[in-house]
Amino acid sequence: MIVGDLDQQEFAEGLSGVGLCIQFGPFNLRIHSNLPTFTHVAYPLYAPYPLFPASQLIDFHIQITSPPGLRRWVRRQACFALDGHFPFAPYAVDHAFPALEWGINWCIATRAHHLLMLHAAGVERNGHAILFPASPGDGKSTLCTALIHSGWRLLSDEFGLVRPEDGMLLPLPRVIPLKNQSIEVIRQFRPQAVIGPEFLGTRKGTVAHVQPPLESIRRAQECARARWLIFPRWIADAPLSLTPIAKSQAFLLVATNAFNYEVLDQASFRLVAQLVRDCDCFTLIYSNLDEAISTLDQLAPNCQ
Amino acid sequence: MNKSAFENHRAQQLLLTALRQPENLSILTTMEWDLLLRIARRARVLGRIEVSLANSGQLAQIPAGAANHLRATRNVIEHRKTLVSWEVNRLLWALRGIDVPLILLKGTGYLLAGLPPAAGRIFADVDLLVPENRLPELESRLLAAGWFRTQIDPYDDRYYRVWMHEIPPLRHRERGTEIDIHHRLLPKTSRLASDPDTLFANAGELADPRLKILAPADMVLHALVHLFLEGDPGEGLRLRDLLDVHDLLTHFSDLPDFWKELIPRARGLGFQRPLYYGLIHLQQMFATPIPATVAGELNGLAPPWPIRPLMARLISLALLPEHPDYPRRSAAIARWLLYARSHWLRMPTVLLSKHLARKLWLRIRGARKRIDLAQLDLKQQ
Repeated sequence: MIVGDLDQQEFAEGLSGVGLCIQFGPFNLRIHSNLPTFTHVAYPLYAPYPLFPASQLIDFHIQITSPPGLRRWVRRQACFALDGHFPFAPYAVDHAFPALEWGINWCIATRAHHLLMLHAAGVERNGHAILFPASPGDGKSTLCTALIHSGWRLLSDEFGLVRPEDGMLLPLPRVIPLKNQSIEVIRQFRPQAVIGPEFLGTRKGTVAHVQPPLESIRRAQECARARWLIFPRWIADAPLSLTPIAKSQAFLLVATNAFNYEVLDQASFRLVAQLVRDCDCFTLIYSNLDEAISTLDQLAPNCQ
Repeated sequence: MNKSAFENHRAQQLLLTALRQPENLSILTTMEWDLLLRIARRARVLGRIEVSLANSGQLAQIPAGAANHLRATRNVIEHRKTLVSWEVNRLLWALRGIDVPLILLKGTGYLLAGLPPAAGRIFADVDLLVPENRLPELESRLLAAGWFRTQIDPYDDRYYRVWMHEIPPLRHRERGTEIDIHHRLLPKTSRLASDPDTLFANAGELADPRLKILAPADMVLHALVHLFLEGDPGEGLRLRDLLDVHDLLTHFSDLPDFWKELIPRARGLGFQRPLYYGLIHLQQMFATPIPATVAGELNGLAPPWPIRPLMARLISLALLPEHPDYPRRSAAIARWLLYARSHWLRMPTVLLSKHLARKLWLRIRGARKRIDLAQLDLKQQ
């Protein structure tokens, strides 16, 4: 059963009652909300995601609700809570959806230490994955969004989740937050992409969320093995270049840009070393998405 | 019993049973695990449950989702152990050539001395006890070696230095780890008298002669004083700290004079009440074995009626974590009352009123409470 099997009213009632149990890749979430500003945005964007039965373990019990007590009558705000605790200052009520999405990131980053969490986007085709480790502003989300609307499957936009037991990548195909100019770039690139409303003046500027293609969400439990490590960088008007880099350099770039490299200690070292050994490593400088995608498409047939 | 009371009772019994009889954990259903993980995390004892399961070979028999959470907690705890041990190593390096006793307190002490409470326990900061007259020398040495004073306003700095039992925390500029340097166990202004000199005289040595730990009785009493007098109105009393004491008592029971010395030492330090409350609740919650002679003397340490039953009720409410979906006002009030009590014991009434007025004024003026993400992350484990 998926969220879209409910109508919008059932969805809103589920959220405001005990909450709805929605699965995002390896994580089971129970989401509770009494805010129409949240449900209106979330319903179409979450429609393809699976609901899981109450007999399964819930990883994060979260909520985005109006402030507790009397404050709800004074200020229209949205408060994020995990297990009944409110770790952050309230958000504007209109920003309830990005606040929840950001809260989920925080839950994963602070709790999922059974996995190595790289700061990387990931896409897959024919069983082979590209990991794009990058810092904010390098155009990772834009490139990733363009690729998944060009035949690649989304693994993840933010978290490169590596399972320590076998080094496999766990998909986490959540909605992708596009920022500022990227929103228009993707609208131009794929007019049919499902994009939610624009939220102005968030901490990261203007944000709009893209729904991944249905196939990516349907195959969210299919792991993949990394085949390429590509460090992308968008530079205005730059000619495209895909340049191999030394594995030692790739190792450092991956290890220093992870959420919990230190926490997993020796396991991290072993996993990143294996990853770098298994992958062809490149830097990619691009300014034009079509060019970048056709270059990356050409990598794929080579490994058949 | 209404729904909220019922759910809280169920959750708390689940937690206490898991802590007392971990050998039965593998029979829990997935839904029981769901609740146990939430409530154990809130009490900061998830790591302890993981260790019990690992020791009894049950980890493979529990639901995979629950095992993931326990694995994550173990990874964080092991990482923190490495950080804290390394921080102590760097501290010794920074203080080389200075002959000063460094008593490692709480988690840092348990870890470096290899005591039972260290297993499955999360370590936040390094806590040290040093002689007060050596503070300026130590502080300047550390400041020269890469530690810095965390940003606090001049009022808070004064608050620490004039009234408190510790100086403002020092943080290392590269590693980010914090060191709390104490010169006594309770604030200078506290109603419970405490003379730090005897703590140093009784302290035990670790492998490195500069590193020391409190004597067994002192260690137990400090853990209890910390539990009952350094609360947090949001979190309540820490069940984890009470479990530390359970482990210490069980461990030190083998020492010939441990139990004989405990009550006299408590009287000597002025810590009879924390000892009384601690032992009573340990017996109730964890059936901690306490010799009959000591149990018989406990009544002599108890407060008079009606304080006794009132405190027993408040402490139970504040120690046991609430079901996250059914928070009760009574528990929130108990947490707040015990917090107010700890402050009342920390300073004379006039000073406390001035301090609270000042804090209230800062809050009205809109000085924002700093949100420390690193600390928040630690609370997640």
